[in-house]
Amino acid sequence: MSIFDKIKPQFLETDSGTGPAKNLFDYRRIWRKAVAVLALVALVPLCVLAFIDYNVTRHSLESETLLRTARTTSNARRTVAYFLEERTKALDFLAEHQGIDKLRDCDNLAKVLESLKSSFGGFVDIGIIDSRGRQVAYIGPHDLLGVDYSTQDWFENTMSQGTSISNVFLGFRDTPHLVVARKVYDAKTDKVYILRATLDTGQFNAMLTSLDLSGGGDAFLVNKEGVIQTPSKTHGELLKKVDLVDIPEFSEKTSVRQVRTTDGTEFTVGYAYVLGTPFIVMVVKETAAMLEPLKAIRMELLWMLSLCVAAILIVITWVATYMVNKIYIADQTRARTLHRMEHTNRMASIGRLAAGVAHEINNPLAIINEKAGLISDLFIYRKEYAHDERLLANINSILDSVSRCGRITKRLLSFARHIDVEMASIVFKDLADEVVDFLRKEAEYRSISITMDIPDDLPEFVSDRGKLQQIFLNLINNAFQAMNDGGSLYIAARAITEDRLIFSVQDDGCGIPEADIKRIFDPFFSTKKKTGGTGLGLSITYGLVQELGGTMAVESEVGKGTVFTITMPLKGARKA
Amino acid sequence: MRVLLVDDEVELVSAMAERLGYRGLDADWTDNGEDAIRMAAETEYAVAVLDMKMPRMGGLELREKLAFHHPGMRFIFLSGHGSESDFKAGCAAGCSYLIKPIQLEDLVDMIREVVGEELS
Repeated sequence: MSIFDKIKPQFLETDSGTGPAKNLFDYRRIWRKAVAVLALVALVPLCVLAFIDYNVTRHSLESETLLRTARTTSNARRTVAYFLEERTKALDFLAEHQGIDKLRDCDNLAKVLESLKSSFGGFVDIGIIDSRGRQVAYIGPHDLLGVDYSTQDWFENTMSQGTSISNVFLGFRDTPHLVVARKVYDAKTDKVYILRATLDTGQFNAMLTSLDLSGGGDAFLVNKEGVIQTPSKTHGELLKKVDLVDIPEFSEKTSVRQVRTTDGTEFTVGYAYVLGTPFIVMVVKETAAMLEPLKAIRMELLWMLSLCVAAILIVITWVATYMVNKIYIADQTRARTLHRMEHTNRMASIGRLAAGVAHEINNPLAIINEKAGLISDLFIYRKEYAHDERLLANINSILDSVSRCGRITKRLLSFARHIDVEMASIVFKDLADEVVDFLRKEAEYRSISITMDIPDDLPEFVSDRGKLQQIFLNLINNAFQAMNDGGSLYIAARAITEDRLIFSVQDDGCGIPEADIKRIFDPFFSTKKKTGGTGLGLSITYGLVQELGGTMAVESEVGKGTVFTITMPLKGARKA
Repeated sequence: MRVLLVDDEVELVSAMAERLGYRGLDADWTDNGEDAIRMAAETEYAVAVLDMKMPRMGGLELREKLAFHHPGMRFIFLSGHGSESDFKAGCAAGCSYLIKPIQLEDLVDMIREVVGEELS
């Protein structure tokens, strides 16, 4: 026997049956329903809560990454803006205090460049350009005196706006640099000049690469056309178009977007326009890398959820199984009790009816008896009536018939009487004879031979006579139904120990299949439902045997026959 | 020896009385308890054979009344009803009990038996 067989609930084996009560007794259906409803009620809120919790966490994490990116971008913008503003103001200061004459003096200009380099840093060279775009004074590492700048953007911008900061470009010297320029008005000559300084992009680069970018981000500058101005780690080469999507419209505020590149990677990109310059600070981070903590949270959540679901399912299944089994057992007990009561009631009714009939018949029978007896006496005792043998014989046959009728009514009465009786002292042989007498006629018609093997010296015992009769009658009836005409029934009784009596009813009928043997004592189990069997006979018999404190066993072989063996206590039978 | 038969079935009891007469027992009969008490007051009966179930006065009640006035009287109950409680009540009263229909010889034997007990 496997473990499952041991823990298997009893109701699993049941047959739901047919008819209107089908659903009422379909325990597997009840069980399935209970498990489904309980699981639904318990698991749906759990899953919904887990889902909501996960979403809330994800949203807060996402908005936090956006905020962090925005903050980093703003900081970078501020740093860049400050750096450039500082250097523009330095040019302003020079223009105010030195005047164009002094600045055109190359020696002085060299001194100025030296002090700019030492105090601010980042300056590469410095020059003065007249209003036609020609460089009229220059100090720096390159030989750029006399170069014509009139066609360059920054020149035009400076002439029109007063100051300008150029894009990073390669220019005449073929290294990336940027130009800071300021228009200077010479009051003496009434001419316009431009003070121009070149800034080293190295300082820019250092500033941006030193930003603290957790999770391997990238920070660089682009201009309004999206051309990369400072080196980027992964998003394109210097002075090439950035590989990320379009640059957003001008905005004073920092903006953050989620951007998907053509290869499907999602990036969180922060943009910030640096005011007064052509630059835009871009901070690019891979979204997946930033949402790394979310993965851990998701795993933890999933793990907890599956653990809870498993625990809930186990508990629900256990509870449902337990409850349905309880219902099943209660139903079985109820059905057995109800039908035993019904049976007892019916037997009592039959008993009362029999007693009534017997009583009604007994009185006329007694009169017939006496009258016939009187006639017989008259013939014997009175001389005026001839001693007619033929008449006497007739009267005697009347008397015989009356006494036969009397025996029948007496047996009927005794049978009916015992239904109400509780405990009585019983001689088993008499009881068996009495019961078998009832069925002897049927046995004769069907030529079933009945063999009784009951010793005379069986001890008398105290038990409920009516119940014992019913048990016996049911078993013999059952055997009759199992047998074909011409079968043989064998009834035996023995006192196996001092306090136990064993008796068996053996037939050579159709037998019981192995699969049904376990269920023959269940109420409503019947193989003869179509021919009007109720499936109650054996269940009632079983109940009665238990009430009397006995045990009942069955052995059967299909086609060979069946033996029912009942062991009854001889003393101290449990009061039913 | 005189015997008193009491049964509500006149046909039965009259025939029974006549048959007892043939067997040497003087039997008087009546079909109700009141007459039985009256007759017992006039005549000395050794044995009374009473039907259990009779209209107005049943066998047990009649027995009590008769026994009160005639302490020496013996009783035999007859019944067409095989009720266990009747049987027990009859036996408790210390009497014999027969179920109808009876063999007259059984009754005669029983009468002789209960009287014989008295004599011995």
